Amino acid sequence: MHDKLTIALSKGRIFKETLPLLRHVGIECVDDPETSRKLILDTNLPDVKIVLLRASDVPTYVQYGAADFGVAGKDVLMEHGGEGLYELLDLRIARCRLMVAGRPGVLDTRARLRVATKYVESARRYFAEQGRQVEIIKLYGSMELAPLVDLADCIVDVVDTGNTLRANGLEPLEHMADISSRLIVNRASMKLKHARLQQMVDRIASCVNQEGEKA
Amino acid sequence: MTNDRNRWLLPAGIEELLPERAWPVEALRRRLIDHYARAGYELVIPPMVEFVDSLLIGLGEDLDLRTFKIIDQLTGRLMGLRADMTPQMARIDAHALAQEGVTRLCYLGSVLHTLPDGFAGSRSPMQVGVELFGHSGVSSDLEVIGLMLDTLRIAGVRNVVLDLGHVGLYRAFAAQAGFDEATEDTVFDLLRRKALPELDALLSSLGLPEYLAANLRLLARLNGGTAVLGAARERLSRPPEAVGAILDHLDELLRRLRERHADVRFNIDLAELHGYRYQTGTVFAAYVPGRGEEIARGGRYDEIGRVFGRARPATGFSADVRSLIELGEAVSAPGGGILAPDARGDAGLWSTILRLRDEGERVVCALPGEPASRHGCDRQLVLRDGHWQIIELK
Repeated sequence: MHDKLTIALSKGRIFKETLPLLRHVGIECVDDPETSRKLILDTNLPDVKIVLLRASDVPTYVQYGAADFGVAGKDVLMEHGGEGLYELLDLRIARCRLMVAGRPGVLDTRARLRVATKYVESARRYFAEQGRQVEIIKLYGSMELAPLVDLADCIVDVVDTGNTLRANGLEPLEHMADISSRLIVNRASMKLKHARLQQMVDRIASCVNQEGEKA
Repeated sequence: MTNDRNRWLLPAGIEELLPERAWPVEALRRRLIDHYARAGYELVIPPMVEFVDSLLIGLGEDLDLRTFKIIDQLTGRLMGLRADMTPQMARIDAHALAQEGVTRLCYLGSVLHTLPDGFAGSRSPMQVGVELFGHSGVSSDLEVIGLMLDTLRIAGVRNVVLDLGHVGLYRAFAAQAGFDEATEDTVFDLLRRKALPELDALLSSLGLPEYLAANLRLLARLNGGTAVLGAARERLSRPPEAVGAILDHLDELLRRLRERHADVRFNIDLAELHGYRYQTGTVFAAYVPGRGEEIARGGRYDEIGRVFGRARPATGFSADVRSLIELGEAVSAPGGGILAPDARGDAGLWSTILRLRDEGERVVCALPGEPASRHGCDRQLVLRDGHWQIIELK
């Protein structure tokens, strides 16, 4: 009973790219999140459930033990701070870069920059390390729009191909961090369900390493 | 903004206990303090407020941020509302009592946090704990951990997993690697969060001799069942001298804990660094299934009294009484009782009421003109044949 496992994943890319890894450790999701309206998805194992969340909520669920483990992007973890979590594994999926972007040359000023982002903490830390005082404008989406309508001078966002930026006359300007998804585990779960979780982590790690060698 | 509609609102994370919860808390408080007293722990009641100079001794930035501060109008000095009672115990042992030999203290009281803490988001936990000063070794570790497990048992908390670690291991490896303060802090943070990808990357970039880097990588992974101690002995290569003694210490502690607490599961985590900045030896925490964070924790902090001019070996634990009540089997308020009519100068009735109360009965006096109510009573006092008698209340 107490070794029931709840896995927190976010919809979209992370969910799709995590499924093969879970399959490797014998967990198959039997509900299709695209068609099902269920919030808790069943798997082939009666004691393993998957909860689908907004990406930024995954660390919170895992931190407080509502899920035993989960998959979260490094961008989300940097923003969350990682308190109460173990980050055991780099899954090398959902890769992208966290970047400063804007119109070319916009950073070459001594004036105080206005930075639009949903990564408030990461942006504040990054510019502080650069010795720059900035004004942060918290947005929840469509960051690229902010410089176009003069809401901000530049943005901090994750960049995959950079096509959306270029289509709007913006350029990636500074590289802040390489992002990939991490396997995160609740601290208490790691102690209470150690044997089962460690075995799972080891098998996922070997799967990730094999993929890495192939690539 | 306060208006008539929300005047009743309490600040975020500040709770009150209504009768159905207040009684279980009080009942548990009495049983715990009695239990500690029977083990030789003396009760102390430290003040709610003291100068931050004595309240924030070497416990790090974290406690500083969590402490509400006010200016003392009498001295102009900064006072803090206690956010943790452990430093107060260290001050009392080092200065107020200043005894030679072993001092055992227990305490229970409210603490206040500036920021909501943990899952429930409380800013006003009710901290209970014991501290043992003046002895260093397996026996005092064992005594304090034993009292923590007793505390959980008395609260009715079951299926406890005790997590054991020792901050001396990382300290020894950090010294062996010759880390400067910044590197020690960074590695500490990565170990604490078991951020293994970042830790491995950082260790590779530091240019350490391979066996040192391998030991630190291994340390981060030395957690799990009790076999971990054996694995540490086998797999750590050329460890600093202190490591052998620490592993011996943990081995013996674990052996003796298992003898005494057969119903507890044990977990070892050699990279558990909670309170690393002030803790010096064994650290421990209790977990239960279904709760995503620890429910009680403690450890050894031998140096903390130094700021009061008297560093003494010290170990202790603390827990939040309210969490224990949520997780355990609550003691309900004493039920039943005797409903008495208004005494109105009837000396015989009044002396009967007092005698019954002295005997431990709950006796509620009806008030003149009050609407009929049982007040939770199951019996009543009635005058029969010139005597006040107890009969069933229908």
